[in-house]
Amino acid sequence: MFDVESIRKDFPILQRTVHGKPLVYLDNAATSQKPLAVIDALVEYYERYNANIHRGLHTLAEEATARYEEVREKVRRFINAPDKVSIIFTRNATESINLVAYAWGRTHIRAGDEIVLTVMEHHSNIVPWQVLAKETGAVLRFVDIDDEGRLRDDWRELIGEKTRLVALTQMSNALGTINPVREIANAAHRHGALVLVDGAQSVAHMPVDVQDLDCDFLAFSGHKMLGPTGVGVLYVRRSVLDDMTPFLTGGHMISKVTLEETTWNELPWRFEAGTPNIADVIAFGAAIDYLEGIGMDAVRRHDEALTTYALDVLSQIPNLKLYGPRDPSDRGCAISFNYGELHPHDLGTVLDSYGIAIRAGHHCAQPLMNRLGVPATARASLYVYNRREEIDVLAEGIQEAARFFGDVIDARTRA
Amino acid sequence: MSSTPEPELDELYKDLILDHYRRPRNRRPVAEPKVVGEGFNPLCGDEIAVEVHFNGEVMADVGFEGRGCSLSQASASMMTEAVKGRTVAEARSLIDAFARMMTDPDFQPSDGLGDLEAFTGVAKYPVRVKCATLAWHALLDLLGRRGEAQEEG
Repeated sequence: MFDVESIRKDFPILQRTVHGKPLVYLDNAATSQKPLAVIDALVEYYERYNANIHRGLHTLAEEATARYEEVREKVRRFINAPDKVSIIFTRNATESINLVAYAWGRTHIRAGDEIVLTVMEHHSNIVPWQVLAKETGAVLRFVDIDDEGRLRDDWRELIGEKTRLVALTQMSNALGTINPVREIANAAHRHGALVLVDGAQSVAHMPVDVQDLDCDFLAFSGHKMLGPTGVGVLYVRRSVLDDMTPFLTGGHMISKVTLEETTWNELPWRFEAGTPNIADVIAFGAAIDYLEGIGMDAVRRHDEALTTYALDVLSQIPNLKLYGPRDPSDRGCAISFNYGELHPHDLGTVLDSYGIAIRAGHHCAQPLMNRLGVPATARASLYVYNRREEIDVLAEGIQEAARFFGDVIDARTRA
Repeated sequence: MSSTPEPELDELYKDLILDHYRRPRNRRPVAEPKVVGEGFNPLCGDEIAVEVHFNGEVMADVGFEGRGCSLSQASASMMTEAVKGRTVAEARSLIDAFARMMTDPDFQPSDGLGDLEAFTGVAKYPVRVKCATLAWHALLDLLGRRGEAQEEG
């Protein structure tokens, strides 16, 4: 049974006020808040069994190693990966994608090869490929979007014999769009290309099954799904792992080192050089437990119901323009909008004075903003602890901002 | 929620700022020959271009173009009024004074900033400092380009 009020009690930060008003936190696509269970797991690690992993012979090191590796198994189960050696811990989704660009891209992409992306990608799924393309002479091709922010069908033509990789987001951080990843993966595989899925938003908000998606890589971040910052995950299909060379090198990722040469450690530790983020990985495990306690199907249903309500309330505000798909059944809960000529920065500052936290800017998706023809948008993004009343407060806040800037906006619109 | 604006907002968005946002001054190109400088805010994608027609060391005419929030637009508008007719050296000292006002919590407005003192409230909003200083960065860029052109010439 999904009960927002009891969920809210698990998040200490929701008790605080901002500028004397109750916090209305609607910036979840940037990072989520953390339940007490996650905070407690961090404290418990440092108070009870802080030790380096995979090398100490003492009790603390064994306990820390066991807890760290348990989380790898939890992540495997969470995304239904067949093998836990496919789960690599990184710092964030950005590092996960960079790992693929270095460890797989540099040995598999050649001049003239094509990498297919979409115009709605986050910079973290564009820039690593631009760098790789520049180094190798590969060509980037971009799938366009329609007026509602859905992928156009032109990916069917773009994916072809020259395609080596298709890299796309499963759920847009700026528009909420959910992309038909499985269908695109099928097309890519028919042409012998691999598929990387940016799951930074989707894994936090819906059930994600890598076998069902049939993707070769899945990148996501713990901090957007109730976990601490500093933990990312890269899933790599088992058969692809052996074709990858190490990304970062040094301690922990080696088997045998002489002054002349080195042999690599077993998978997946080959890709986890140096002391990893032990405490945060363990606390990330507590976040997965928490989400599984709710159930990802229930998380998705809550998001969808709240998004339906939010789109309904926001679309009734005159002069407010919504971006992204209108049908809540196949979109996420990151909602981008602009109010008339009011700049999103001004809107964000006014909303903050009412305790409402939203994001205003380009959402690390400047090519998408260019495609939409705007420099920036305001974005409200929801999660498990948000409730309808907060959408109402947001709507009131937008209208307060409109009143505050009212004649100013009118004067500029006329000019 | 009360219908009166939050007092803190009035501190940030002074009437003078809203007036310049409503009716930007010198939002137009200037006559040739001119030097152009650009400012870009990577946080929001806002861009401002400042243009100056020089008469020797004097900034005889100043204009701007671009898009942005109330703070960046009002700041650009007020900046053009403040530096028009001033020498390059005077403009540089005004740029310094404005930057100090944005970043120094102990700033005492005694540097002849005049109307620009309306921006004192911005210092409490660190993410908005980039908005308020965008046009000033464009002016600095412009002075740099002019210097380079003079060296080459």
